[in-house]
Amino acid sequence: MKRDFITAGIGIVVLTLFCGILYPLVITGISQVAFPGNANGQQVKVNGKLVGSQLIGQNFATQVFKNGKPEMQSGEPVTNPDPRYFQTRPSATVPPNNAAATTFSNLGPNNTATEQEISSNIKAYIALNGPYYSGKLTAANVPVDAANTSASGIDPDISVRNADIQAHRVAAVRRLPLATVMKLVSKYTGGRGLGFSGEPGVDVLDLNLALDRTGGVRA
Amino acid sequence: MTFTGWLTIVLFVVALSVLAMPLGRYMAAVYAGQRTVLDPLFLTPERLFYRIMRVNPEQGQDWKAYAKSLIIFSLAGWLLLYLILRTQGLWNWTGLNPEHFHSAPWNVTFNTTSSFVTNTNWQYYGGETTMSYFSQMAGLTVQNFLSAGVGIAVAVALIRGIIGRSGKSIGNFWQDLIRTVLWVLTPIAFVVALVLVFQGSIQNFSHYLNFNGPTGLANSIAMGPVASQEAIKELGTNGGGFFNTNSAHPFENPTGFTNLVEMLSVLIIPAALVFMYGRMAGNRRQGYAIYATMAVMFLGAVCVAYVAEAHGSPAQHAAGLHTQVVAGSTGGNMEGKEQRFGIAGSALFDVVTTVTSCGAVNSAIESFTGIGGAVPMANLSASEVIFGGVGTGLYSILLYVLLAVFIGGLMVGRTPEYLGKKIEGREIKLVALGLLITPLSALFSTALATASAAGRQSISAAAAGTPQGFSETFYAYLSQANNNGSAFAGYGGFVQPNAGNLGSHGITFADLLGGFTMLFARFAPILFALAVAGALVGKRVSPAGLGTMRTDNPTFVVLLIGVIVLVGALTFFPALLLGPIVQGLTGHLY
Repeated sequence: MKRDFITAGIGIVVLTLFCGILYPLVITGISQVAFPGNANGQQVKVNGKLVGSQLIGQNFATQVFKNGKPEMQSGEPVTNPDPRYFQTRPSATVPPNNAAATTFSNLGPNNTATEQEISSNIKAYIALNGPYYSGKLTAANVPVDAANTSASGIDPDISVRNADIQAHRVAAVRRLPLATVMKLVSKYTGGRGLGFSGEPGVDVLDLNLALDRTGGVRA
Repeated sequence: MTFTGWLTIVLFVVALSVLAMPLGRYMAAVYAGQRTVLDPLFLTPERLFYRIMRVNPEQGQDWKAYAKSLIIFSLAGWLLLYLILRTQGLWNWTGLNPEHFHSAPWNVTFNTTSSFVTNTNWQYYGGETTMSYFSQMAGLTVQNFLSAGVGIAVAVALIRGIIGRSGKSIGNFWQDLIRTVLWVLTPIAFVVALVLVFQGSIQNFSHYLNFNGPTGLANSIAMGPVASQEAIKELGTNGGGFFNTNSAHPFENPTGFTNLVEMLSVLIIPAALVFMYGRMAGNRRQGYAIYATMAVMFLGAVCVAYVAEAHGSPAQHAAGLHTQVVAGSTGGNMEGKEQRFGIAGSALFDVVTTVTSCGAVNSAIESFTGIGGAVPMANLSASEVIFGGVGTGLYSILLYVLLAVFIGGLMVGRTPEYLGKKIEGREIKLVALGLLITPLSALFSTALATASAAGRQSISAAAAGTPQGFSETFYAYLSQANNNGSAFAGYGGFVQPNAGNLGSHGITFADLLGGFTMLFARFAPILFALAVAGALVGKRVSPAGLGTMRTDNPTFVVLLIGVIVLVGALTFFPALLLGPIVQGLTGHLY
């Protein structure tokens, strides 16, 4: 019995050193040498300034100002989606797309709160993209990924259909030919893992930065 | 539903079986003390561990000595982890708490500590807003290894009890633990962690990134040593996310490929243990029979979940969304799911994580449809025997096997025998107790939390007063009793108004009830499993005769599935009806 306590006491300390210190340090060392870009979060820089991570979906919105002061609502600045940019999926974090405090929406399948949330996402999506769309944009043809909250709240990707609809708006606002924007969309569409695992998605940050480089109206 | 979706499911099961067989062979050699390819790497460290810990690995332990070592070791792990988590601020000098997080309150820490020591990894905290890198590495990661090691040790000990020919020894706990950590967990975790970084997971000790995005909006991104923890979290079927959104977070699970790697990591050891068992029992068909039982139930669960999620939810349809597959969009219930995984990748992950005791999630289970959400609950109700947790799955299904042998024996009117050993009153009593404790604690805690105001304050605002609220509660205690750790995550035991733990407080009722549920439902069944091993190990083996019931053919597989479903269904069906099934049967909103 006493021997067990001694063995357990020493054992937990040496195993902590082995599994909790040595193992993560070795992995960190190898990663930082072999894959420094990935290990540090695939940081994207423009003119030497950090503007995001390729893996993290951002809120491409601008702050709303009222009388020269940023408008606030329950402690968070009010924002409007920037029509020049492709928009990421709805997010449940506070503020939206907060990659320092991720959370699920945890909205149930039969709850009225869920229906209201989806409806308001649909309304916002139609208000933003409807005027530029080639046909009539209704709830029935809003893609599900644009109406439903992502899991992480920082989903970097949108579906191809979602990107196609937004492309009409982005092209119009930036005064670029639709074909140019569409070409960029397909350029930044990722495939499935090993050709079958998962779904294709369009990386929104990559696409938006490529648009900025392409030119057109920026302001 | 799509063709690639179904293809993913089929290829996954094929890949799992192909990878698990050789691993099972390797592990059989590890625990029999035979030569393996990794001996040159680990023999010296192994001897070093024994010398420092003052262990004589040659000394066999009877079941009581084995259990004593196991309990005392888990207690030591519990104390050290609690200490590390409660003194988080004192470790700032290591540079591994760049955001200067305070410790979570005592009640939350009690829950978290019990959670990681029991291989549950239920989380009443958000990783990136609560835990320092030091706590994640030296605290939580360590228990990811060790709680997995303890589970495997129990499974190996029970196997030795079943196959043992004489004496009382069921092995040496310390040897089983050290060999598991060195020969099994460390090498695979090492490879998986590097594959994850290669695919985009992060592994650093940096400050969180703060910057302005292209539109000028302020952004903040959490960093950390993620890949090393992610690998062992899946491999040890622990499931506690580095980040709050777990494997849905792009840094934990960056691509469709890593999603596949992580799902395989979760199931590989539980599956390999089954093949290992067949080899150790000297009849590989015994292993195949158990594997077939598990695979059939697994595939059934995946199919139901995929069909349900692809169909979409009543809330979506009420809002006017169309949820069919169209060009460029998979449709389906995308609430709480990531684009890169889609419906199939989310439904499959959900089943993988709930049939095992993993509990990592790549999508929000609470947002699954009624039937889609009933699948993980049904998986949990089967007491984690469909592959199950590392070790826990095998020892639990072996208890079910003994029960099925007993029932089969009664039906044919012969003294039940398993692998030549008579199964008698004492064994069956221990088996029944071992199998009933988990469901009993789940239902008892659910009832307590549902009936008391203190319990109901954990229910999320949107779900209060609806079947969803009951589902949250039921899932919480079902998951904690089965040491799973996945959640209907609206259910809370921790309130955190600000990042950095300032002003946060725990909901004591949920924290304590959950913590005790996890501890009790982990260690009581372990004791019974070891007691069964002790009762069986010395028994005489009689040769199989004409009338002996075979336990390695399809008839037995059907019997075993029947027993598992019957016990699970009889115990949990009323509770399942009140929550998810009600929701699945109605298109109404409330």
